[in-house]
Amino acid sequence: MFGSFTLTHLLYLFTSIGWTLVLSALAFALGALGGFGVLLARISPRPWLRWLAVVYIECIQGIPLLILLFIVYFGLSVYGFQLPSLVAAGLAMMVYVSAYLGDIWRGCVEAMPKPQWEAAECLAFSRWQTLRLVIIPQAVRLSLPPTVGFLVQIIKMTSLASVIGFVELTRAGQIINNSIFQPFLIFSIVGAFYFALCYPLSRWSEAMENKLNVANR
Amino acid sequence: MSPIDSPVAERVRAGEVAPPAAGEAIVRLHDVYKSFGSNPVLKGVSFEVAKGEMIAIIGASGSGKSTALRCIDRLESIDRGTIEVAGIRVDSPSVDLKRLRLEVGIVFQSYNLFPHLTVEENIMLALRHVKKLPRSQAHEVSLRVLDQVGLKQKADAYPEQLSGGQQQRVAIARSLAMSPKVMLFDEVTSALDPQLTGEVLRVMEDLAAGGMTMLLVTHEMAFAKRVADRIIYMHQGKVWETGSGDMLDAPRTPELKAFLDNGL
Repeated sequence: MFGSFTLTHLLYLFTSIGWTLVLSALAFALGALGGFGVLLARISPRPWLRWLAVVYIECIQGIPLLILLFIVYFGLSVYGFQLPSLVAAGLAMMVYVSAYLGDIWRGCVEAMPKPQWEAAECLAFSRWQTLRLVIIPQAVRLSLPPTVGFLVQIIKMTSLASVIGFVELTRAGQIINNSIFQPFLIFSIVGAFYFALCYPLSRWSEAMENKLNVANR
Repeated sequence: MSPIDSPVAERVRAGEVAPPAAGEAIVRLHDVYKSFGSNPVLKGVSFEVAKGEMIAIIGASGSGKSTALRCIDRLESIDRGTIEVAGIRVDSPSVDLKRLRLEVGIVFQSYNLFPHLTVEENIMLALRHVKKLPRSQAHEVSLRVLDQVGLKQKADAYPEQLSGGQQQRVAIARSLAMSPKVMLFDEVTSALDPQLTGEVLRVMEDLAAGGMTMLLVTHEMAFAKRVADRIIYMHQGKVWETGSGDMLDAPRTPELKAFLDNGL
């Protein structure tokens, strides 16, 4: 049944999971950093900054990640910026993820009851102190389930980096398939690996959401 | 004609407008107007609160009493008139809000405690980050004010572990910890049952007895009559009638009479 698929191929796929995780971690860390900036801009008292954040979010959410990957990897190389595929994928995903995380977190911050802002205001907190000490600690709890949910998406989206030659799990599967041509078997194993990575996170996100619902009931 | 339309001196004599505060006025509202969109809520409100005085503002829902309170702490900006608190012009566009809010403590109906922090942390937060007190000093202050409201033993509890009355007393303690010159109370017992109301009112009575300047929006007529130095009755966005607690026994205007008849 396994034909020419050997243990070596399996180990190769297994090793490539590491690169999927590296790219996921990079995309999440950079995207979270950018997303926090987008969140601050989105809730800023300055209208022009809010407008800028809205334009950024709308634009990025309207462009497929694949196109962003092409722009960063192929597009920038025309102007002399020949980035390694990991860096290009990390940057493109940062841009993409920050637009989504910024918007998710904006929703969580805005879901905080107005009296909490008011109470902090009445205690003479500055806007930044109110955010840092009162609003964000509460919003973080609310944002955990959707953030972990989005992390699952990030892990799956890393497969797109295969088109710019970054050897992660999907690309490793393609490479093996090109040599032994057993697409059903190989991509089923690749799919199983993705599932093994994502399923626990999905369950964790779900559990957190349930806990939050119970707490708020 | 509403009482507010007659000459000021006459209205003061008639008890329709709050007279100037007997002592040194710490809060002054003069001819304050405030609208929300096309809905006028305050229509020329004027009154003063002297240092150490306790004033109860009563009136039907929508009479503008809570809005007046919120304007004093600049949670709402006014359209016209002047408001001064402890020498700070609240209506000035360049008002130093931090300075103002260090002088004014406000407690709301819905407590507004920070649910992610313990009782003590709720109190210490502003002491540490706004007043910049060292942790040990902030700890001392928080225990002192908790003792004042009878909740020292609840320092480590989270707000959700407390009753409504206890949460409200923590909210009062949190404001007190900042040592404000004036305390504003916006219907702080409206969400509480009679037993819990009693424990909050006792704390407020102690504060009043201790000489704290207090401005209190309330529906607790018996409490207002017993404890307040003066009572202001607001109706349709105006100061309609003012006086001592006795005015509740002998209302001069039909509006106050109707309000008391409906409420009691």
